[in-house]
Amino acid sequence: MSNPSNLKYTASHEWVKTEADGTISIGITQHAQELLGDMVFVETPKVGRKLKAKEECAVVESVKAASDVYAPVSGEVTAVNGLLDSSPEAINSDPYGSWMFKLKPDNAADVLALMDAAAYQVAVDSEAH
Amino acid sequence: MTLKITPLNAAHRAMGAKMVDFGGWDMPVNYGSQIDEHHQVRNDAGMFDVCHMRVVDMKGDGVRTFLKYLLANNADKITLPGKALYSAMLRPDGGVIDDLIIYFMTEQWFRIVVNAGTADKDIAWMKQQAATYAPNLTITSRDDLAMVAVQGPNARAKVWQVLPQAQAATEGLQNFQAADCGEYYIARTGYTGEDGFEVMLPKENVEAFWYALNKAGVKPIGLGARDTLRLEAGMNLYGQDMDESKHPLESGMGWTVDLKSERDFIGKAALLAAPAANKLVGLVLLDRGVLRGHQQVHCAQGIGEITSGSFSPTLEQSIALARVPSGVQIGDQVQVSIRDKMLAAKVVKYPFARNGKSCL
Repeated sequence: MSNPSNLKYTASHEWVKTEADGTISIGITQHAQELLGDMVFVETPKVGRKLKAKEECAVVESVKAASDVYAPVSGEVTAVNGLLDSSPEAINSDPYGSWMFKLKPDNAADVLALMDAAAYQVAVDSEAH
Repeated sequence: MTLKITPLNAAHRAMGAKMVDFGGWDMPVNYGSQIDEHHQVRNDAGMFDVCHMRVVDMKGDGVRTFLKYLLANNADKITLPGKALYSAMLRPDGGVIDDLIIYFMTEQWFRIVVNAGTADKDIAWMKQQAATYAPNLTITSRDDLAMVAVQGPNARAKVWQVLPQAQAATEGLQNFQAADCGEYYIARTGYTGEDGFEVMLPKENVEAFWYALNKAGVKPIGLGARDTLRLEAGMNLYGQDMDESKHPLESGMGWTVDLKSERDFIGKAALLAAPAANKLVGLVLLDRGVLRGHQQVHCAQGIGEITSGSFSPTLEQSIALARVPSGVQIGDQVQVSIRDKMLAAKVVKYPFARNGKSCL
């Protein structure tokens, strides 16, 4: 599965999608879900929480391990995806359809500064060695 | 450091395994979904590469007498060829050097299967003790042997499909009993809580055996599912649930320690001198989340610690083994500290699941 070109990415394996209303949706990448394996639990941040860029704000747990999810940019949490409470495995089957939370970014330019799909692929490839 | 490989390394890669560094060995963690592999073993049949475990043959006059002193369980319990016994091997202070299985072959020959990560340490300890107490014994690491575990309700039938010549000798085996079938040494043992065999065979035959089992419908299972299967079955993992810093009565191994017989064994005096202040119990998480090793367990009697925790695919909730103060009772509710939260868990008697279903 290739990384969608309409998304932005972080070195800590989150994907970021800019929505029509200016908020951003955040999930974890295909590469991240593959590393973690079968998902069994997702913990999302509280709506209204103000996050700093790179702050730990969510957790995904596979059978194998727990892994932190980081805020890609600074902003306020506007929504969380409650469907993942009962179906965490959706992250495995559809990582780019399974957003975990939404942020209203403090500064829209921060989002533009994140990696594009090609740069993220380079980062993943270099990690493998 | 170069990772050690088993003779099945190429087969794992050809079957799409994700490989990981497991204590210096390049081993398959899964071949796709760890949860699917777990259910495959509970419901049908799966095979595990356990070639990294070590077979040790101990031979000579007086080998039984020596093992009765070396091990915490009593080798006198096995007197028929092929009978197996699970035991801890202890330090003089009671710390667990390893857990292992011994097989009675003849009065001059016992076979011992030890863990991969502890094999060199174990053999050195055995040789050191033998030098004092049984200098005539030979202790040989059987690096020429491979081992495959085939586990699940259909496992034995699948092995017979592949090795029809072994069926007659292995059909009547009880649990913890093995049969010598020429090049194959086949034991009705395992680490999953399911029926099945562990097969020892010459290294050069193991790849063909592996592919033949696969052709018969046995799926390869990685270390990920091996861990959730053994945890559900309430089986200890060396290095997590027990180690040299804890004595066996604090690690759920009381049933394997023979303190009744008159015989002396290494570690016995220490066990008699120090009653266990802690014990191993099962936990089931009542809140949402996943129990993991080293999380703190807050009980009315004090603080304990999870030794192994994961998500149980059979129970579809999180379970754990935890070392807690001895006063904690089955049915108690405790709090587990996970990140910044305290979550509720119930103390249960383990195993959690065996033979395809929940034991709770």
